[in-house]
Amino acid sequence: MPIPFPFSAIVAQEEMKRSLLMAAIDPSIGGVLVFGDRGTGKSTAIRGLAALLPKMRAVDCTYNCDPEAGDDYLCQECRARKAKNGSLKSRQVPVPVVDLPLGATEDRVIGALDLERALTKGEKAFEPGLLARAHRGFLYIDEVNLLEDHLVDSLLDVAASGQNLVEREGLSVRHPARFVLVGSGNPEEGELRPQLQDRFGLSVEVKTPTDLTTRMKVVRLRDEFERDPEAFVEKWKTKDAKVSRQIQKAKKLLPEVEVPDRTLEETAKLCIKLGTDGLRGELTVIRSARALAALQGDKTVTVDHVKTIAVSALRHRLRRDPLDESGSTSRVERAIKELFGE
Amino acid sequence: MSTPGPNPAVADGGTPAPLQAGPGHSPWDDAVLAAVLMTIDPVGTGGVALRALPGPVRDQWLSIMRDLQPEGTPMRRIPLHVADGRLLGGLDLAATLNAGRPVAEKGLLVEADGGVIELSMAERIAPGTAARLNMAFDSGEVILERDGLTMRTPSRFAVVALDEGVGEDEGLSNALLDRLAFHLELNYVRYDQAIACDYTVEDVLAARPRLPGVMITDAQVETLCNIALALGIPSLRASIFASRVACAHAALEERTEVTDEDLAVAGRLVLAPRATRLPPMEPPPDAEPPPPEPEEPKQDEEQSNQEPQEPQELQDKILEATKAAIPAGLLAQLQMGKLRRSRARATGKAGAVRNAPSRGRPAGVLRGEPRAGQRLNVIETLRAAAPWQRIRREERARAGKPSSRLEIRQDDFRITRFKHKSESTTIFVVDASGSSALHRLAEAKGAVELLLADCYVRRDQVALVAFRGQGAEVLLPPTRSLVRAKRSLAGLPGGGGTPLASGIDLGMMLADGVQRRGGTPVLIVMTDGRANVARDGTGGRTRANEEALAAARMVRSLEIPALVIDTSPRPQPQGRELAKEMGAVYLPLPHADANALNQAVRATAG
Repeated sequence: MPIPFPFSAIVAQEEMKRSLLMAAIDPSIGGVLVFGDRGTGKSTAIRGLAALLPKMRAVDCTYNCDPEAGDDYLCQECRARKAKNGSLKSRQVPVPVVDLPLGATEDRVIGALDLERALTKGEKAFEPGLLARAHRGFLYIDEVNLLEDHLVDSLLDVAASGQNLVEREGLSVRHPARFVLVGSGNPEEGELRPQLQDRFGLSVEVKTPTDLTTRMKVVRLRDEFERDPEAFVEKWKTKDAKVSRQIQKAKKLLPEVEVPDRTLEETAKLCIKLGTDGLRGELTVIRSARALAALQGDKTVTVDHVKTIAVSALRHRLRRDPLDESGSTSRVERAIKELFGE
Repeated sequence: MSTPGPNPAVADGGTPAPLQAGPGHSPWDDAVLAAVLMTIDPVGTGGVALRALPGPVRDQWLSIMRDLQPEGTPMRRIPLHVADGRLLGGLDLAATLNAGRPVAEKGLLVEADGGVIELSMAERIAPGTAARLNMAFDSGEVILERDGLTMRTPSRFAVVALDEGVGEDEGLSNALLDRLAFHLELNYVRYDQAIACDYTVEDVLAARPRLPGVMITDAQVETLCNIALALGIPSLRASIFASRVACAHAALEERTEVTDEDLAVAGRLVLAPRATRLPPMEPPPDAEPPPPEPEEPKQDEEQSNQEPQEPQELQDKILEATKAAIPAGLLAQLQMGKLRRSRARATGKAGAVRNAPSRGRPAGVLRGEPRAGQRLNVIETLRAAAPWQRIRREERARAGKPSSRLEIRQDDFRITRFKHKSESTTIFVVDASGSSALHRLAEAKGAVELLLADCYVRRDQVALVAFRGQGAEVLLPPTRSLVRAKRSLAGLPGGGGTPLASGIDLGMMLADGVQRRGGTPVLIVMTDGRANVARDGTGGRTRANEEALAAARMVRSLEIPALVIDTSPRPQPQGRELAKEMGAVYLPLPHADANALNQAVRATAG
């Protein structure tokens, strides 16, 4: 496997890096969509993040079940074992970051009959797919807007329910599948289906940096990395470890972070002003503001936190107005300015 | 050539004189140089976008490029509509059945690891195929999740994308173009200029080990970045490629440090073809007066003034060299203030594979053999074979050929049937002529945008044809990108005559293409119906009108669902008549608010 470019060596793109970190701190935010220019380090950032996620405790089963989870989120095997023994043995495992490559077939995504066993032994066994592998981790789809429709359908269903239900080839399997969806793409290649877009908690627009110093730095670092990836990774190890510790600390702090009523109220005002559909927008704003507070080591979520993340949490939830040239980003920014002043 | 010797480049007809900008570099010599540099650093440069029609010149370049590859370099050619299984890999059915266990088949991308992929007719490549290629590019490996197989296989290769596009609208997708360091155009190279190459495999083999040791300084990187900015090249890949190419050239020239000459080569080969604007003119520096470029735009002056002055002189030199390599056609376009439109997806009849019968939602299984475009459903085939295993084995044993393998017979073959919702493509044919433009163009644009928003929600494609003056043109080939659609609408100019027949003709051609690919076209003609320019571009109301009505009848005979939106201030009999001949729904704009328009389009689309 090629060596990933270190996360901490990615120049600029602060919004993207921050959003990915927040999704790692609180998976319930609902994933990150990274849309934008070519060559801005979209895939690089996601692969880099995978390398520094802190480990998690998991049961030694196909699905990396959470030993603390309720019965609903355990696989059949673990449920049976828990009923028998009362508890589950667990170990430390890396957080899975699973690629859903274009050209994947449905049998590999949702799981299917285990071909090998069927062919060699004539047995009917279930072979888990990518959704199973991504449980409790990340599912990364590059060029998410080019994903075939029938795969998107399966994905939406599973992402909504946290369960993958397979009924095919005479198999009937249900297993937990909760993952952070991370997608990237370039809007020039086509739009994203609205239902899928809505599934993402945060959306980030990345643009190529236009100032000389940043651009030079990118070229420089990239060149250095290509020449000797191992040495480069070694050089950035300390900085990567620091980010890793930051995630760990924030995850620990997260349950203690409080959201005062005033922050809730201001968030509601903002969402009402922007006319976002449903409560999902509000919930995402609050959750990501809390994750941001945790990331910064704050125990109280303030309006400032909300202001920082509101654009990422709301810009893809605005109803599209094709006649408004200004775009959703500036609409959110305008609303923030009008509500909270500058 | 492994020992220091005469510079091979000097022996060449077009001597690359260092930093002497201009006519010294023939496009052919640069094209050959690009082939050499690509071969020295295939992964670092990504490859070559070769815009050329097939012919002796292109063949000559390709044979030079192939001859430069060291022995054992895998060369693969990928056809336009390669199947996923072949491109990425998948289950090797014959071997699987033979061995009685799953056997994987290598895909083309994996086979090409360490070598070169030639992409045929790359301007028409399906977006999905391009995306798969780009993913392998970016990650240096092929990630396979298919047919019960999971594999990650390293795959690093250079691509030679053969772009046979004609005209501005046809060409490689931006995403692919961005990943290839060299963009060559050979259409203007005469056959007698396409001479043999003085570089040999030995030069390449000698340069490769030198490459990792080549040093490029911060100031040099800065120079390349600055030039990229000055030429309006947004993508950072360009600057990265430029520095890789400078290093590769230094290695070729047996240097361990990048020199000005290497930078000039990088500027010429990598940056110049990507320029979207001319560099802003500096107040003449006291160092060296650059060759005069009288028609340069001056708007971006302040941006470049804040740059550090130190490497300025070097940068000016390289910039001049680079500027000289910008093709004349591009200069003309830039001076007209016309932005290079984003290279579009392929138009035309064979362009897309979206609607192939092998895509979409699986809808049941049929008995039958896999033929072109249809996939064998392995699981169902096995299942069909399963009950017979015992009987067949006993049969075989009786025949004296006992075997424990699975016995699959032709009868067992099953193929998956796919249901594919026929995708609709809404083709707007917009009258941008003087008569229409003055009154209604703005409103028409608004209406189109509202409809676009709705098309977007339904995930349909939209295309846009505009007609004015002498003829019609496709402003937007079928696309799903609202961003692009809006951009081309914003750039829609108005004025001139009304070549209505040409507009309908072109819209009809697009619609016909969509129909042939299995999609459903909807033609929306927005006009006041007052044609005054005939198909051949000459004026004359009567003939223009007759031709328009004839074109309309063609639409009806092809059974293309259509809608005529009358954009004249008051509904005119011409519009109504046009709609009648076309078998179209007629909708006068004064009565049409956005909702009515939407409903009409929906009703027409069915």
